[in-house]
Amino acid sequence: MVPTSYYLILSAVLFGLGVVAFVFKRNVITIFMSIELMLNAVNLAFVAFSQARHQSDGQVFVLFVIVVAAAEAAVGLGIIILTARNRQSLNVERVDLLKL
Amino acid sequence: MTPQLAIFFVLAVMAVLGALSLIFQKHPIHSALSLIVVMIALAGLYLLMGSEFVAAVQIIVYGGAIMVLFVFVIMLLNAGEEERTNVSKLAGIAGIPLAVVLLGFLAAAIAHSNESAQAGLQSGTLANTKEISTMLFKDFVYPFELTSFLILVAILGAIVLAQREKS
Repeated sequence: MVPTSYYLILSAVLFGLGVVAFVFKRNVITIFMSIELMLNAVNLAFVAFSQARHQSDGQVFVLFVIVVAAAEAAVGLGIIILTARNRQSLNVERVDLLKL
Repeated sequence: MTPQLAIFFVLAVMAVLGALSLIFQKHPIHSALSLIVVMIALAGLYLLMGSEFVAAVQIIVYGGAIMVLFVFVIMLLNAGEEERTNVSKLAGIAGIPLAVVLLGFLAAAIAHSNESAQAGLQSGTLANTKEISTMLFKDFVYPFELTSFLILVAILGAIVLAQREKS
């Protein structure tokens, strides 16, 4: 039996690494991937709590999170393609104007 | 050490190493492959906890659909190695303390919660998938229907954003 707190600690560590990647990386696609990493960490905490309390709510929430992440990936990558086409660069420091 | 604990540690180390690799790889495609490693490890952890359905969805939707989309966009845009500038150093100076403080708060919250005193997870005691489906189509049926609307809007948004301008 694995204690619930182990899963929570792993989830916190993955979330922290996601934050670090979000702040550190300069490539807009990698920044987007670090958001997915943070969502995955939260999903782990949801499933751990759901199993610890013997209630399935948490796992249903995980399904919703995955669906929202899929929608987010579709729209976000569309925006990334658009900005990359307009600026010829994926570096976030070169995208500093709202004007196209 | 029980076999479950050993499997947990193997998968946890795999996930953390994958996340570290995501940070330290220079090329976006390597970062994407590291993220896939993290997701597969998390799917293994879900299996270990006894939630088979979430594990399957994790591999099919996250490891399959979403990451294929990412790799596809990386190849489409021909993304190369990222360049470092002075602003990146500034981000490092500001980012490390931020992450440390956040992790400290999370660790304190976990240490003070009552959950950590619990004995452990009972794996495989629930008829999981059946229960999830009952809950999804009974208690959460309105959010579920709203989800379909959300996906429709996302499809329209992606098409409108990514189409080339007619000129």
